[in-house]
Parts: sequence; structure tokens; C-alpha cells
Amino acid sequence: MGNYSYEVENLNLWYGDNQALFEVSMKIPYREVTAIIGPSGCGKSTFLKMLNRMVEMIPKVRVSGTIKYNGNNILENYRAEELRTNVGMVFQHPNPFPKSIYENVIYGVRIQGIRNKKKLDEIVEKSLKQAAIWDEVKDRLHTSATGLSGGQQQRICIARALAVEPDVILMDEPTSALDPISTLKVEELIHDLKDKYTIVVVTHNMQQASRISDQTAFFLNGDLVEFDKTDKIFSNPMDKRTEDYISGKFG
Amino acid sequence: MSNSNYSSTSSSTHRLIKNKNGSVKRNELRGKVVVYSCAVLIIIATIAITLFLTIKGLQSFIVNGVNVGEFLTGLTWSPSGEGDVAYGAFPFIFGSFSVTFLAALFAAPLGIGSAIFMTEIAKTWGQKVLQPVIEILVGIPSVVYGLIGLTVIVPLIREHSSGIGFSLLAGMIVVGVMILPTVTSISADALKSIPQDIKDASYGLGATRWQTIYKVILPAAMPSLATAVVLGMARAFGEALAVQMVIGNSKALPESITDQAATLTSIITLSMGHTTYGSLHNNLLWSLGLILLVMSYVFIIIIRFISSRRKV
Ligand SMILES: Nc1ncnc2c1ncn2[C@@H]1O[C@H](COP(=O)(O)OP(=O)(O)OP(=O)(O)O)[C@@H](O)[C@H]1O
Ligand SMILES: [Mg+2]
Repeated sequence: MGNYSYEVENLNLWYGDNQALFEVSMKIPYREVTAIIGPSGCGKSTFLKMLNRMVEMIPKVRVSGTIKYNGNNILENYRAEELRTNVGMVFQHPNPFPKSIYENVIYGVRIQGIRNKKKLDEIVEKSLKQAAIWDEVKDRLHTSATGLSGGQQQRICIARALAVEPDVILMDEPTSALDPISTLKVEELIHDLKDKYTIVVVTHNMQQASRISDQTAFFLNGDLVEFDKTDKIFSNPMDKRTEDYISGKFG
Repeated sequence: MSNSNYSSTSSSTHRLIKNKNGSVKRNELRGKVVVYSCAVLIIIATIAITLFLTIKGLQSFIVNGVNVGEFLTGLTWSPSGEGDVAYGAFPFIFGSFSVTFLAALFAAPLGIGSAIFMTEIAKTWGQKVLQPVIEILVGIPSVVYGLIGLTVIVPLIREHSSGIGFSLLAGMIVVGVMILPTVTSISADALKSIPQDIKDASYGLGATRWQTIYKVILPAAMPSLATAVVLGMARAFGEALAVQMVIGNSKALPESITDQAATLTSIITLSMGHTTYGSLHNNLLWSLGLILLVMSYVFIIIIRFISSRRKV
């Protein structure tokens, strides 16, 4: 396996006539945490959803450029479903299915046709433990996941993404709907997970980016302005616009 | 300085609000009176209809001494005959239920299927073209469906069976087609109300569109879809005109699906005009009406029960 999970080259994206990404090139290192920051509407979510090709579900989207995932261009002759079993996604708002906690976690595995009860039980326990929520829910695995708190739901969603054993996890502002304590738990979780997964996380919270990430990408109006080690971006950015954004002059 | 400024604006705002309050209260009262009297009116109307129908419907049992068991299970119906009077309403009860269930059997899969097509598969086209068409179909008067049944379905059945064409099957198809738009339209609303983010969650885990429809959307929408079907059944059960035009209105129990039959509603509409008020025959028709009323209450209870179990 190479050093990069993703190699994005000259990626352009249009929503109808409206271009949302301009010539984005970026290499996302294997098993590290990459944060994406930038003001609202700059294309962070769009870029993230390109990485598992969720954008193409929106009508009238056009794309050019290449995105290599583990060396293969996912924009050509690549099954989106296969890509998504290797690239998990956690959304801004916790979105558990209106099913039991157990059924939520094994959803992706069931989709792949695994039926063995013992194996499924193991997967549920392992994923919930990885998502640091096993102790809180182990006695009520068969109650509805929608009855949990927002923070718990988000960790169930993370467990659900982990259950299919992906190698990349994409997170779009995973803590923006959570209280500070739940946020902290999710951040710790991200820290623990990076030994095993490549993580790309969009965040509005600059402290969060500096706490959890190894490198940071700064987007502005669809351009990737700067992409570097997180320490470097936050202490000594190359671009004036990055500096202005980080110091809170706009955004 | 800024302090006094603040208190002066605050006091003027205070007065403004207080002034408004009076008129708001008056409006509030007026609104309340209007809304409450509408509600009371509807409740009174419902109770009155129920009471009236119950009293009229029970006459035949109380005044004319008709045996309830015989009425519900008897097979022969000749309430105004010269010789023996018989008042077995079972063929009509059977007719109503079979038309309703067969129509639902026909309309449920088709209706839910087209709703899925409209909301999940051909979204833009479905919502721009199909949805308005279906809403128009909902509004077409039942006599039109009856006419089409009479000129298309009945001859078709006549050609392909030993019967005369007028039949249970014709009734079922006509009513099925008639409730199809209702079922489709309510199902489509139900499917549309499933939040996009749980669909995204499913796609994000590598599910295909069919897996997402089958494993996430349908289960989440199930209570609402069941409601759509039951509402369609309620409409089918109460339908009189279209059924009467194609079912043949035979008073005997049908032996096969291509046999003629009758329903509670078709018998009432056909006979009511020929009976004298207060006669046994007339009272018996009221009793049939009472069965219809009881059944519509049952449908409502079923719908309530299903929607109370809704999850999303
Ligand atoms: N479904 C869509 N259809 C059309 N345009 C869209 C769509 N989604 C996003 N856009 C446009 O693409 C641009 C980038 O949007 P995107 O959601 O990627 O921004 P973002 O950086 O994630 O913003 P935020 O921080 O508010 O989430 C915006 O100008 C937006 O208006
Ligand atoms: Mg976003």
C-alpha cells in the first residue's frame, strides 16, 4: 500500500452552471488525520462527498479531473458501492436508522450478505467498543437507536461506519450538533482511530482542527488555498488568506 | 446617559406592546369562538348521523323482530316477497368485503410500486408529470370509472369467461383502479417524508438503490403505507355507483369470481327508492347502512392504531 490513501488531481466540480471546486489537487496521507477548514460555502462538504462519490447522487453535477484511491481512479470504471464499503462516512447530524442499535450497526455488513449470527454479534460488539459506546448501550442493543442522546447517536453512526471495516473514514462536521462533552468523546475517538484508519474531517472549529489533525487543508471559494502540516498552517501559514482566516479576520 | 436612553426606549416599547395586547386578546377570543363552534358543529353532526343511523338500523330487529344472526348469515334475500320473506344479507356483506379486499390486493402493490417509482427512481419526471396526473385521477367522479368499466372491462370478461361479464371481477377491477390513485398519492407522500439523511446513511454504507428502498425506506414508511392502503379500502367499501354499474347486482352468493354479485352499497342505492318508509324492506336497508357505518368506524380505528405506531 502506498503512502497516500487519496491522490486528487485537478478536480473541478460544477452544480449545474455553478462551479464549486476549482482545480483541486491534494494528496491525503495513509492513516493520518486530515482536517478541512474554510468559510461556509467554500466547498468542504462537496470535496468530502467526492471522496466517496456521494455528490453524484445530486442531479446536474459534473466533474473533471482524477481521484486516485489506493492508486485507482475512482472516477472511471469504479463501482460506487464498492468504494463506499471501503470509505465510511459520518454526517453532520447523527442519522441512525429508525431501527435497533444492533440493526443499525450491522446494516452495512448485512448489505454485503453476511448472515452468520455469531459473526454479526462479534462485529456489533467490536464496532461499538471501537466507537467507545459499548458500555453505554450493551444492555439495550435491541432498543431503538433514535431514543439515544445526540452524542450517543453520533457514536452509533461511527460504529456503523466502522462495522464494514473501511480503511478511510470521512467525517463532515461530526461534532457540530453535539455538546462539549460529547464533542470531546468524539475527538478522543478520532485520535484512537487514526492508528487503523485514514480520517478526513471537515470542521468549522479551528481549535478542533489543530487538536485532532496531522495536516490541514484550507479551502476558499472552491480553491484549495493551502495544504500543509497542521502545526505549520496554524503557526506559520504561507498564504495571507490562510493567516487572515485562522486569525479570525473573516469567515 | 446611555442608561436613561435605554430606559426611555424600553418604556415606550412597553406601552406599545401593552396597547397591542388588548386587540390581540379580542382577536384571540373571536378566533377561538369561530374555531370552537366549527369543531362543535362537526362533532354534533357526527353524533347525530351515528345516532340516527343506529336507531333506524336497529328498527328491523326491534320493531319487525328480525333475527340478527339470520340477517348476518342468511343466504336468501327477498324482504318484500309475496310469500316467504327472507332477509339474509350475507351475500352482500360477502360481496362488499370481497370487492374491498380484492381491490386492495390489486391496488396496494401497484400503488406502492408507482409511489416508489415517482419518489425514488424517476424523481424529477415523477414529480413534475406523474404526481399531478395522479392527483387529477383522484378527483375523477366514480361514475366515470363505472362507465369505463361498463364499456371496456365487462365486455372483456364476457369474452373470456362463461359468465355475462357483469361480475365480482369487474367490480374488483373497477374499484381497484378507482382507489389506485388514492393509494399511490398517499404512499408517495409517505415515502417523500422519509428524511434524506437516513437514505444518505444507507448509500454511504455501500447500499445500492434497491437495497436502500427495500431495507430503509419501505420499513420506515410501512405504517404510513399501511394507512394508505386502509384508506383506499375504506373508499372501496363505501363505493356504490361504479360497483353497481358493473357487478351485476345478483342477490345470490357468487360461486366464482366471474359470477354476478352485489354489495351492501349497491343494494341500498338500487332498492331504497322502491320501498315505503317504515316498511320491513326499508328498515332492512337501514340495517345494511348501519353495517356500513360500523365498518367505517372499524377502518378509522385501524388507521388510528397503525399511525400511533409510526416511528419516523
Ligand atoms: N446540492 C447542491 N446544488 C447546488 N449547489 C450546491 C449544492 N450543494 C452545494 N452547493 C453549492 O456549492 C458550494 C459549496 O457548498 P458546500 O456545501 O460544499 O460548502 P461547505 O464548505 O460544506 O459549507 P458549510 O461550511 O456551510 O457546510 C456552495 O456555493 C453551494 O451553494
Ligand atoms: Mg458543509
